[in-house]
Amino acid sequence: MKSRNIVLMVTGIVSLLFPLVISSDYYQHLVIIALMWVIIGSSWNLLAGYTGQVSFGHAMFFGIGAYTAGILVTKLQVSAWWGILFGGPVAMLFALFVGWVCFRLRGPYFALATLAGGEIIRLVATNWESLTDGMVGILIIQSFKSKLPYYYIVLALAAACIYVIHLVMKSKWGYYFVSIREDQDAAESLGINTTLYKNVSLLISAFFAGTAGAFYMNYMAFIDPHVVFSLHYISIMAILVGIVGGVATTMGPAVGAFIMVGVQETFRSAFFGIAPKWISQAHALVFGLLVIFVIMFMANGVVGDWAKIKRVVFRTKTST
Amino acid sequence: MPFLELKSLMKVFGGLKAVNEVSFHVEKGEIFGLIGPNGSGKTTIFNCINHFYPITSGDVLFKGQSIRNLPTHKICHLGIGRTFQVVKPLARMTVLENVTASAFCRVNTIREAQKEANRVLEFCNLDKSKDKLAKSLPIGGRKRLEIARALATKPELILLDETAAGLNPSELDEAIELIKKMRDSGITILIVEHIMKVIMSISDRIHAINFGQTIAEGSPKEVADNHAVIEAYLGEEYA
Repeated sequence: MKSRNIVLMVTGIVSLLFPLVISSDYYQHLVIIALMWVIIGSSWNLLAGYTGQVSFGHAMFFGIGAYTAGILVTKLQVSAWWGILFGGPVAMLFALFVGWVCFRLRGPYFALATLAGGEIIRLVATNWESLTDGMVGILIIQSFKSKLPYYYIVLALAAACIYVIHLVMKSKWGYYFVSIREDQDAAESLGINTTLYKNVSLLISAFFAGTAGAFYMNYMAFIDPHVVFSLHYISIMAILVGIVGGVATTMGPAVGAFIMVGVQETFRSAFFGIAPKWISQAHALVFGLLVIFVIMFMANGVVGDWAKIKRVVFRTKTST
Repeated sequence: MPFLELKSLMKVFGGLKAVNEVSFHVEKGEIFGLIGPNGSGKTTIFNCINHFYPITSGDVLFKGQSIRNLPTHKICHLGIGRTFQVVKPLARMTVLENVTASAFCRVNTIREAQKEANRVLEFCNLDKSKDKLAKSLPIGGRKRLEIARALATKPELILLDETAAGLNPSELDEAIELIKKMRDSGITILIVEHIMKVIMSISDRIHAINFGQTIAEGSPKEVADNHAVIEAYLGEEYA
């Protein structure tokens, strides 16, 4: 308990001071993206890790948040920052519909339905040109030249997201979510309205994914359907962040986000320019190998299997 | 007005009449036993009462109110708890968390829920294993956990589905004690059981079914001496 507080404090101080110490735009950018993934990963983890409803379509909520922010600019001529406020709620509205349809299905069927849902939305966004400008995408003007404001905004959002999920998981809702994951029939017989609480979990999850999407629009200043509704780069990445970091742990997605963004960037940049260029083509392969490794040797992710990792790394025989 | 009343309950799976026009009523405060050979429809009746299955025809009345169209979780909130024959522990939660989750049925704060859970665990003699993961419990503990979880929802009527199956003799005595303790605390009990030692020693009245149909009802003694019951269990030559 005490050592956990120390870790939290050190993390807090390091993350507050980071952009002041490291002034490189490049590294600041990487950490901003990683923090954004903390939000998406945590949001996926609430629905899939804690409530047991595995989503293969989190890009839909992320993309809807991003497009909410973008359309506010192109159609209503207001600041894209309003998207941070409205991106989440609009994604929730959409999640209501998704839940109404997809929660009639259980287990793998639910996962497949979300996979289809994500693809449907991507195609709708591609073709509904009067609203989204289709493949042309939405380009806005960034509010700040410096990365600092973006850094602190996304840091605050990520911290709020983790804290809210932490609170939720310690409440009645949290107990209900985990009960549903463990046994839906038993949960129902214990007086838990499983349909209602699965939707509650989905709505909270969609809210955070949508907020992250709205931040992405503000930060990157450009979106198109293939980026924000991407199956590989968003939906699958959300799953990887959750699995690598640790499913059903509060801090798992946070750790997973930094690992995955780190691995992705290392390969994309061909080990920061040291390795031959063709390495950068291999990042999908490495993701695949990483997932196989994690599932085989640390099914609970880095955070969930931390004791095991410590044992292997430090070769101590302490049992936990 | 009976506490729980089944009115010509019928449940059909395809061409199979799993429950065929079964009627009985349970009075407040009694232990009502439901017996029958394997596959006679006992668990199906439970699943119809708490609406795991939709009823084909007939009705279930709880305190005079029809509950046949209510969803399972609402039936729990009305005051009917149940246990499962094939135990369904919330495996990766601790025993305390299992019971806390169900205590949230009546309270809203974690503090109250945990207090209620601790009380119930003590009542069920499970307080020593409360920090163990539910999946690590032996079968006797899991059966107790089923009861504890149902009790934490503060039921007025509890449906016990073979809670004594698979227990050793000393666990069996403890189970009987627990069921009597539940009755003494004012809970009405409807119990399905195969073990005659249990059902005969605790039931006030017994209802026997075979092939989904009623074959006898009465005191344990009357049912045990009934020809149709002996025939159903042992075959014609013993009847």
